[in-house]
Amino acid sequence: MGKRSVIPFGPQHPVLPEPIHIDLVIEDEKVVEAIPSVGFIHRGLESLVDKRDYNQMTYVVERTCGICSFQHGMGYCEAMEHVFGVDVPARAKYLRTIWAELGRMHSHLLWLGLLADGFGYENLFYQCWRVREKVLDMQEMTSGGRLIFSVNKVGGVIKDIEKEKLDIILKTMDEVEEELTVIKDTFLLDYSVQSRLQGVGIVTKEQAHDLGCAGPFARASGIRTDMRKLGYAAYPDLDFEPIISATGDSYARCYCRIMEIFQSIDLIRQAIGKIPNETDLFTPVKGNPDGEYFMRVEQPRGEAVYYVKASGKQYLDRFRVRTPTFANLPGLCEMLKNTQLSDVGLLVLTIDPCISCTER
Amino acid sequence: MANVKRSPWLLHYDGSSCNGCDIEVLASLTPVYDAERFGVINTGDPMQADIFLITGGVNTQNAKTVKQLYDQMPRPKVVVAVGVCACTGGVFKDCYNILGGADTVIPVDIYVPGCAARPQAIIDGIVQAVELFEKRSKEHDEKVRSQKKGSEVA
Repeated sequence: MGKRSVIPFGPQHPVLPEPIHIDLVIEDEKVVEAIPSVGFIHRGLESLVDKRDYNQMTYVVERTCGICSFQHGMGYCEAMEHVFGVDVPARAKYLRTIWAELGRMHSHLLWLGLLADGFGYENLFYQCWRVREKVLDMQEMTSGGRLIFSVNKVGGVIKDIEKEKLDIILKTMDEVEEELTVIKDTFLLDYSVQSRLQGVGIVTKEQAHDLGCAGPFARASGIRTDMRKLGYAAYPDLDFEPIISATGDSYARCYCRIMEIFQSIDLIRQAIGKIPNETDLFTPVKGNPDGEYFMRVEQPRGEAVYYVKASGKQYLDRFRVRTPTFANLPGLCEMLKNTQLSDVGLLVLTIDPCISCTER
Repeated sequence: MANVKRSPWLLHYDGSSCNGCDIEVLASLTPVYDAERFGVINTGDPMQADIFLITGGVNTQNAKTVKQLYDQMPRPKVVVAVGVCACTGGVFKDCYNILGGADTVIPVDIYVPGCAARPQAIIDGIVQAVELFEKRSKEHDEKVRSQKKGSEVA
């Protein structure tokens, strides 16, 4: 047995722009235990329900995370719509689906870039972010904001995407698909990348199930979980299957996310093909909310849970978010055991951590 | 700008932001916006950094970290607060755990507005920071020179 020592990782670390602190107990070069400590980014967002009414909360909830901002707003609004018992117009549901899938694409492309930077392919990092800018341009064109675009409201959406803009989105999707096909080969077929990712950080199906992992992290271990199948927004009308992989290593996680980008492109095409022509974009809600609801949404990183509770007042009684990274942290700590110290940076990246979601 | 003698290096720290400004900071360093054409480069080491980009407000736990990162940077240094949360606390100002903007713990020189701050605005902030850094390093050089002279006379 070698001598044990502790190496601190973060909160400021070159590989990860987000503040998480992990104490790595190492024995020679091998990690024996990983102890996370959080709280560097806790804001206390949920407590703002005392000061903001249910409509203003939409804007606060969107700022839980800047990457999956639209999906946070969507989850909250869907929960509130169930409390009010209103039906959202069909066009608004399709618009939400299109924006949500655009968000998933830019989040996964961002992650692919960071992964490439993590294993030292700087040019590949730039290529991924170059493609990502095209998706961001679509978000800016349709809503006016690059990342945080407040288009959700309780009852529907506040902006429409016109026919011409939908055509531009379709054209851009073709371009993105073409460029992504080239990038994909480097991630999946390159010899050096394979030897860096394959067999590293294995989480078995049983482990992933026991530790309650979510999203692509769980799907890479072979668990068929996808909250989109529960049928919110326009997903019940669209045809798709969750992408799963059986091996559960870093390579499988990379594979799942790349394939999900192609899936998102397909879903956007389907949604644009089926979108109904309506002028109504939202159903007006009247009065104050009364009741509670539990909403589950599939975010780029996995399953997010929103809980709202209201008692006939303008302000909610309670609002709670459980974000996917929170569910994935136990999986990460389990995965870090018995790995080499030099792999830690990359392994932390492979769960696609979003610490600002986690700590809210 | 023309007489910058050395390339100032950037240090980026995510205070308690929502990630929106963070990824815009990263996006402004990638070739599409390419802040690196102004001579700056991103570094992970505070001891080699000249310009400190901070996103998000300061809370009770990270106040110490922000202060420590600032203290580790060599003089002269410039601080840029990116995004409305780093400027004033923004939408989270009323949260129980937020102390306020970045200027509650460290002196901030340049404020970049926006939620999330756009890459164009961030680049504008960086260019101003480079100018300020140049001015400060000149003053710093003169100060060091006069101190050296003083010690020689004594």
